[in-house]
Amino acid sequence: MSDLYQLEISQLQKGFADKSFTSVELMRSVIERTESVEGRINAFIDRDIESALQQAEAADERRSKGQSLGPLDGIPVGIKDILAVKDQPLRCASKMLDSYISPYDATCIENLKNSGAIIWGRLNMDEFAMGSSTENSAYGVTANPWNLDCIPGGSSGGSAASVAAGETIVSIGTDTGGSIRQPAALCGVVGMKPTYGLISRYGLVAFASSLDQVGPFSRTVKDSALLLESLVSHDPKDSTSLKREKESYSQVLDSPLRKLTLGIPKEFFSEGLDPEVKEIVTSAIEWYRTQGHSIVEISLPHSELCVPVYYIIATAEASSNLARFDGVRYSHRSKEAENMLELFSNSRGEGFGAEVKRRIMLGTYVLSSGYYDAYYLRAQKVRSLIRGDFEQAFDQVDAILTPTTPTPAFNRGEKSDDPLSMYLSDIFTISVNLAGLPALSVPVGFTKNQLPVGMQVIGRAFGEADILGIAHAFERSHSYYQMRPSL
Amino acid sequence: MPKDQSIDINYVADLARLKLSDEEKETMSNQLNDILGHFEQLNAVDVSGIEPMAHALKVHNVWREGDEAGPVFSPSVVNQLAPESRDNQVVVPKVVE
Repeated sequence: MSDLYQLEISQLQKGFADKSFTSVELMRSVIERTESVEGRINAFIDRDIESALQQAEAADERRSKGQSLGPLDGIPVGIKDILAVKDQPLRCASKMLDSYISPYDATCIENLKNSGAIIWGRLNMDEFAMGSSTENSAYGVTANPWNLDCIPGGSSGGSAASVAAGETIVSIGTDTGGSIRQPAALCGVVGMKPTYGLISRYGLVAFASSLDQVGPFSRTVKDSALLLESLVSHDPKDSTSLKREKESYSQVLDSPLRKLTLGIPKEFFSEGLDPEVKEIVTSAIEWYRTQGHSIVEISLPHSELCVPVYYIIATAEASSNLARFDGVRYSHRSKEAENMLELFSNSRGEGFGAEVKRRIMLGTYVLSSGYYDAYYLRAQKVRSLIRGDFEQAFDQVDAILTPTTPTPAFNRGEKSDDPLSMYLSDIFTISVNLAGLPALSVPVGFTKNQLPVGMQVIGRAFGEADILGIAHAFERSHSYYQMRPSL
Repeated sequence: MPKDQSIDINYVADLARLKLSDEEKETMSNQLNDILGHFEQLNAVDVSGIEPMAHALKVHNVWREGDEAGPVFSPSVVNQLAPESRDNQVVVPKVVE
């Protein structure tokens, strides 16, 4: 039973039910696997093994009394270091929050606990979720399990790498401009950003409030669907969280996919796209055609403007959100401060890393007197145009298929000195956040160098069931989801 | 968007309450000017008559229903998070001379 860490949720629940193994045995298998590979991966910032085993015991006890809480009961879920878990550290991979312990649970964490999930560890990320490679962490870089010299993507690099490496069954990340989908694609796992407003952001440390959204990582589409069912709730503590009927995303996957019209935006297949990625994604799209779906070319004409619009809006919101880290009520406090102003600026200068400083500066600048209209207001108007592109496209199609990233995983250090080229690696994912739509990345193949390639499936607002169904159909007709990195 | 605009790094750092070393200022000036240059492509877009979009969903005026007091953190919980505290209060440098 030493390879329980490899299984998917439905297999684990079956094993629990027919008493082949317990949740404690599963947790031990995951811990053992983590101990053996973590030295090479560095997916975690913290692991509370004792707490994880206690939670597993509690799940076994519930099950023995016939009081199982559902499909996630007794399943380890890794948590990105940006979500509050009561009595656990919350560092956002920053020196700024080095000694912070959360006094409360994020709403989505509360939901997971109510589903019986084992809250497992604190996963590495780019500091305050700012980055695309998990190189901007104060707690070391995370390696891509498929090639240890490559980055895992970011900002939720630890969430993606831990799932790919078998250090957890599933995990949670957050996505502001691609921070779930991009690392999922580069690590060969499934990652989903739900519709804005579907999951509460209460207890998520805010980066760009109009874009941030929590979402699942897993090795199979169905596991993401199960995790999503638990995460979704209306929350009075988050005024952007929406009241909706609960959907059973995983059950939808059991029925065959209806015939759909799938849109292929020509702007996503132009120059800048790696030829191997293009070939692999194109043949995945061809597979849908052979299954009787109709494939149509569409246009999202404002696509090339997404990067400037995103980096104006996201940094503006970040500069405002991160003003709370001032060294007063919590967070790092400088020892070199004679007065209040020095306390603020020295604490922030010492506590934040280079990328966070860069984005605070950029955001402060675009909001500053005399520049607001030229940058921020103009970007908000172009954001309307970008949403309009999607609205028009969805008059014609049920979902949109694109590559998730323009290239496979790149080497560590390759882009870390060139922020603009790092920003451009998000080019296919950020328009979805600007428009507030749901999208996921699903593995659709490997390059000659054995690096995974992901395809992005974008849906209408609240079209989660559709995009999960589309990805699931491909997954079950291919064997990529069964491939594991050799570690 | 202003043309040939180079960023006044000291002014912006002051607005952001962010202490930067001279070296950081130099690297960042160059990087920020590069990034602002990339933003200039937005100038070419005709945005006349387009409403700015602040939010992903068209949701307005969300009010709390039955706003009732719930549990709050005790002073000891909050003080534990503060870098320095005394008598249930956060200690900061003197603000008024």
